[in-house]
Formats: sequence, structure tokens, C-alpha cells
Amino acid sequence: MSDSSLDNLPKGWKSVPNDLGSDQTAFKGVQWGKAMMWIFLLSDTFIFSCFLISYMKGRASTVVDWPNTSHVFSLDFMGVPVPLLLIAIMTFVLITSSGTMALAVKYGYEKNRKMCGSLILATAIGGLIFVGMQAFEWSKLIHEGVRPWSNPFGAGQFGSYFFMITGFHGTHVSIGVIFLFIFARKVFRGDFDTGRRGFFTTMKSDYVSIEILGLYWHFVDLVWVFIFAFFYLW
Amino acid sequence: MSDEYEHKLEAKSDYTGDASSVSTPDIDAVPDAELPDQELYHSHSWWTTYVFSQDAKYIGIQYALTAIGTGLLGLVLSWLMRIQLAWPGLGWLEPSSYYQFVTMHGMIMVVYLLTALFLGGFGNLLIPLMCGARDMAFPYVNMLSYWAFVVAVVVLLASFFVPGGPTGAGWTLYPPQAITAGTPGYNGGIILMLISLILFVAGFTMGGLNYIITVLQLRARGMTLMRLPLTIWGIFTATVLAMFAFPALLVGCLMMTLDSLLGTSFFMPAMVSLGETLTHEGGSPILFQHLFWFFGHPEVYIVALPAFGIVSDLLSVHSRKTIFGYRMMVWAIVGIGALSFFVWAHHMYVSGMNPWFGFFFATTTLIIAVPTAIKVYNWILTLWRGNIVLSLPMLFSLGFIVTFLNGGLTGLFLGNVTVDVPLSDTYFVVAHFHMVMGIAPILVVFGAIYHWYPLVTGRMMNETLGKVHFWITFIGSYAIYFPMHYQGFVGVPRRYFEIYDSPYIDVSTLLLNKFITIAVLIVGAAQLLFLYNLFASARLGKKAEKNPWKANSLEWQTPQMPPEHGNWGKELPKVYRWPYDFSVPGAKEDYIPQTQPPSEIIGAKVEKT
Repeated sequence: MSDSSLDNLPKGWKSVPNDLGSDQTAFKGVQWGKAMMWIFLLSDTFIFSCFLISYMKGRASTVVDWPNTSHVFSLDFMGVPVPLLLIAIMTFVLITSSGTMALAVKYGYEKNRKMCGSLILATAIGGLIFVGMQAFEWSKLIHEGVRPWSNPFGAGQFGSYFFMITGFHGTHVSIGVIFLFIFARKVFRGDFDTGRRGFFTTMKSDYVSIEILGLYWHFVDLVWVFIFAFFYLW
Repeated sequence: MSDEYEHKLEAKSDYTGDASSVSTPDIDAVPDAELPDQELYHSHSWWTTYVFSQDAKYIGIQYALTAIGTGLLGLVLSWLMRIQLAWPGLGWLEPSSYYQFVTMHGMIMVVYLLTALFLGGFGNLLIPLMCGARDMAFPYVNMLSYWAFVVAVVVLLASFFVPGGPTGAGWTLYPPQAITAGTPGYNGGIILMLISLILFVAGFTMGGLNYIITVLQLRARGMTLMRLPLTIWGIFTATVLAMFAFPALLVGCLMMTLDSLLGTSFFMPAMVSLGETLTHEGGSPILFQHLFWFFGHPEVYIVALPAFGIVSDLLSVHSRKTIFGYRMMVWAIVGIGALSFFVWAHHMYVSGMNPWFGFFFATTTLIIAVPTAIKVYNWILTLWRGNIVLSLPMLFSLGFIVTFLNGGLTGLFLGNVTVDVPLSDTYFVVAHFHMVMGIAPILVVFGAIYHWYPLVTGRMMNETLGKVHFWITFIGSYAIYFPMHYQGFVGVPRRYFEIYDSPYIDVSTLLLNKFITIAVLIVGAAQLLFLYNLFASARLGKKAEKNPWKANSLEWQTPQMPPEHGNWGKELPKVYRWPYDFSVPGAKEDYIPQTQPPSEIIGAKVEKT
């Protein structure tokens, strides 16, 4: 569909019944991959919601008191324990990487290969730093005796939920980082300009896939905000 | 919208007033193509053609055969269970193997047979064809979906061969017993079961994304959502449900795996087992039940909605009649789907939750009866004064309506807290859910296979064998499940591997077990007849003509039948109407395919769709 006919479509809420009542595509001008990622993310939202709701239920019904999170998650800085120091840096890094990702999408559509590729690389490095700090946090807690089945600070479920949920999220970040590196390589090699075919999928490369990857990355960041709020601030 | 648009168009042409410049509007016009034609993947080796195929039709058949093969195992397990129940003296089964067979039978039938067959099998086969697409949106991921399913099945079957055998926790896998000593397979089989389910969910997600996006974004020109066959609406809505329900199962499985392998206590309270205090402490078993049933109840509709959709199409085609209340049918499907997320705790009335909570869920449960009843009425009104042809698909569809009604009515009993409490964990429950989500959808599966078999093989299945199969299956399943309702009322508990003499269970009630088992074996034999028909007809069946049922929907309008790779030859189809224009007054034939342009049927009083 040409852009001019897209402009003639109704805007705002009127577009909803119009899109749904029309033929061929329900979301006008949306590439199928993008819609597919949105639906996957919706499904993934349910996974994380189940995790977090289970965590709330578990935390509410333990027989032993929940550990004092501002004590457990504090980091000694020049001899003074500062609560949430590490987490604040992690959150900052991850949210910054969302910014670089958004810029990468913009430069991608402008076909500015150099900027786009470097910004994707920057995003990937942000993700790597995040995963690295998470590994540091895990090892610190493990050194302090926190295990998935028990911990010295209180209810055993603390460790169970902590390792499971941050682990699941960390896996998401790691998968994202792997794809970011792959995409950075593809951008620098010019795949998206030449429409080179994917090794596995045999589909033509298109700059829209950077936006799709961006959707995933922003989602992972957003989920982190909720984990941060429910785990570290509660 | 189109009415208003045309009015505006007319008003505009009046305004210009220049008659010569306004040509008569082309009544065959369909909107321009919005998308470039889909690029197809072409296989170039034996492996990519026959094993890792990326053609949705082929994947659909792969899915269906794998699911049916697994289901056959579930069937054999049910024979063994029934023989044990009827003649406990024979000592065929240990108590532990009885539990294992109950569990595996349940899980295989619900997840690995019905879900995989309806969504993976019929979804893959029919969605691209009925929407007028060349293939699924992302064929590569679609292929991965099937192979993840295969791995899930292999892991599931592997649990028969690990020490301790498969899990015997019941298909609901409730902790703490599922992973505590005393339950068969508590440290081996259960882990494989959980891993298999996680794999299944991962595989299904890949397929499900394809089904949803293909329906939403890859339809043919002129194919609006309200012109889709109800089959597609059913499969589409069920897939949406699955995408939002399976996450809860995934999370529950993951947490129980950790409980079992790492010794966490998500679901495990402090317990004394075999005289020893376990290390677990402070977990919540009820949490698993909530997670499981948040998946489990939508799962019922994941199986039922495709059946609703398919049966609507079969009834319409084989009674040569417009489906009654198409829009109402669509909204009923969507409404049932939405409501199914608000009823899960009606499976937990006896779990010890707050009774008021139970009343909330009883209310939502009874509300679901409204759209469901609308569907049943509409099916009957579709048949009303139709030209009913008692073909095999029609017979099975009629069988479905009766069976579903029966199972649905007992659902009203069980949905009420006060009635459910005495009936829970009796054979009444077994009879209810086998009627409503076992027999009813399976009848639709059979009807659908007889209906779409020519589309796959180009041949018809044997009619006589099919009729024998239908009558034995239909009457036989009533012979099996009607007595179970009665047994349940008497109070015979489910999941007991042997019913002992007891003051409240008569000898006559026990004798019923023998009757049921004989019926089970006869019905089971009829399924072997069906399997013979299924495979033999591919070679020996009568050659099918093109569009053998004179149906309107797109899958029968392909240039070749069976359709080739890419489905549509050079040109994608254009759609001018819904698929239900049967027996239209003034039309030459009693059916008007979706692809027939208005200029060819001038004078026919078609409904505007």
C-alpha cells in the first residue's frame, strides 16, 4: 500500500473499527513481523505477570519473615553500605541502552549504516554490562549464603523467586544481546541495503527488523522496571 | 461502513453532474493489493521437502499424524484402565501403573492430541487456504514449531522408560504429591512431563504467532474479517487464548521443576513424608492450582472453539444453508474466549479457598452458558428447513451437537458450588468432561477429517466404513458415559484403581463397570476401523472431483486439488462474499463460491456481506 493511501485512513479511535472491518490486513501499513513481535511480547507479558503475581502470593504467605531487601541489596561503598547502589546503576545502564536502541532504529530507516550499526553495538554493550553486573550481584549474594532453597536473612522463598525471576529476565537480556551483535554485523555488512537473505529463514533482510528487535529490547527494559519495583523497592 | 461510503460516492457523482465522465462503477471491484505477493520458500532437497518442510499444508499433516499417533497410545492406555476397573481380579495393573496410565491418558488426550490436532493440524492446513494466503507468514518458524512438538512428544514418551516410570500424579499434576515419595514417577517421570510441557508451550508459541498473524495480516483481497469462515474464527480465537493461557502453565511447570530439582519451596509446604521431615517449608500448593487452572480452563476452550467453528461450517455446507446468525456466532466465539479467563477457580471449589470466591466463579461460569447456548441455538436454526444431507461430516456434526449439549448441561451442575461439592471427585465429573471436551470435539475431528480428506489426498474416504464408524462411536460413547453419570451420583470416586464392596455402592453399580468396559473395547475397535479407512483410502478411495461437497470457502477453489505448493497458482484469489451463500434465491447453482464475482450472479438475491 502506498503511503498516500495510508494518509487517507481514519485517525485515532476511528481507525480501530476501520482497520478491523477492512480486508487483507487488520493493521494497515504494519509489516507482519512487527505485529508478530507485538503479539509475542503480549504473551511474554503474561509469563512475567505470572512470575510476579506468584512472587507476591509467595511472599504474602511465607511462614518466616521476608528478608529486609534494603539490607540484602546494599553495596559497601567506601565502607558505607549504600542500599540499591548496584541496582540503580544497572537500571540506569539498561534504560540508557533503550535510548541508543531507539536512535539505532531512526538511523536505520535513514539508511545511515555507520550510526545505526554503532548504536546497535552500544546497545549490545549496555546489555552486556547489565548482564555482567547481574552476574556480580548473583555471586555476591551466593557468597553471602543466599541459595535458591534457603538464605540466612529470612524466608527461603526469597532466594527461590529472586534467582528464578532475575534469571529468566537475564536470559531475555542475553538473548537480546546475542541478536544485537548479529544485527550489528548485518548492518555493517550492508545486508539491509542489499536485501541479503537470512541464513536460516531465507527471507530478505529489511530495516524493519531493527525496529522489531528494538521492540523486544524496550520490552525487556520495561519488564526490568517492574522487577525492580516489586523486588528491590518493596 | 461500505453503505455510507457508497452513499457519499453517489452524492459526489451527482454533484459533479457530468454524466459522461462517470462510468458505471465496476461491481466486481475489490480493493487494490496492499502487500506484494508473498515470497515462497522452495525446498531443494529430500530433507527440506519431506522432513523439515516449510509448507503449511505439509506441516499440518505432520502435526495431525503425530498427534493421532500419540492419541492412539492414549486410547490403548484407556483400554488397560477400563479392563482393570471391570475385572480387578485379573490383576493386569498395579495400582501405581493405573495412576500412571490415568495421568498419561489425560495429558496426551488434552494437550498432545486435541490441542496439537486442532491448532497445529487443522490450523496449518486450513488457515492459509481459507484466508487466501500462499503460506503462513513465517514458514521457517512454523517448521520449528512442529519439530519442537515432536521433541516434546519424544520427551513425554521417554518417561515410560525411566526408572519409576511416568508420573502418576493425575493430569493436573498437583503438588505436593506430584513430587513427593509415594506418587509413581515422583523423581523421574514428573520431570520429563514438565520439560515436555515446557517444550510444547515453546513450540506452540512459534506456531501460534504464525496462525494469528496470517489471519490478521495476510488475507486475500476482499477477505474482511467478517467474511472469514467460522472455522478460522474458532482456530484464531483458540490460538489467542493459547498464547495467553500457556504462559501460566509454563511458569507453573518451571517452578515445579525447580521445586523438584533444586529443592526450592514454591509449592511445597513443610511436610512429613515416610516419617521424615522434608526440607521444604513455606510454599503454597494452592498457587500451583491457580496457575494450572488459569491455563487449564482456557485450554478447554482452546479445544472447544476450533470444534465450534469447524462444526458450524460442516453444518452449513452439508445442509446447504446459510449459517444462522453469522455475526452472533463470531461474537459468541470471541465472548466465550474472553470469559474463559475469568472462570478458572471453578475447578477448585474443594481446594479450601474462600467460599465467596467460589460464588464469584460460579457466576462467571454460568454467564459463559449464554454465548454457548446462542451457538447451540444457531446450529439448530442453521439446520432448520435446510436440505440436510446425511453425509459423514453431517452425521458427526449432529452427534457433536447432542453430545456437547449433554456435556454442557452437566457443566451447569458442576459450575454451582453447592452441587459441585458432593459431586466433585466422582465419576460424574469424569462423565461430564469426557462428554464435553472429549467425545464432542473428537466427533468434530472425525467429521472434519471426512470433510477435508479429499483436500489432502484427492480421494474420498469410504462411506460405508465411515457410517459403521460413526454409529459405533456415537452410540458406544453414550454407552460408556451415561452409566458414569449414574455411578457419580451414587458416589463412586474417580481415580480408584479398584472399587471395593462398600455399603453405599451396590453390586449392580459395580456390574456397570463391566458393561462400560465392553463398550470401551467395541468403540476402540471402531477407531481401528477408522484408521484403516484413513490410510487405505489414500490409495483405494474413490477419486474426488474438484470441490466435492460444493462448498463456498476458498480452500476448495484452488486451481489444483489437492492444492500445490503456494496454493493459488499465479494469481491470488479475490473474495467477493462470505462463504455461506447456499441456496440463494435466483442463483443458478445452490452455492456461490467466495471467489465468484457479482457480475456472474446478477439476479441472485445474495446477502450483502
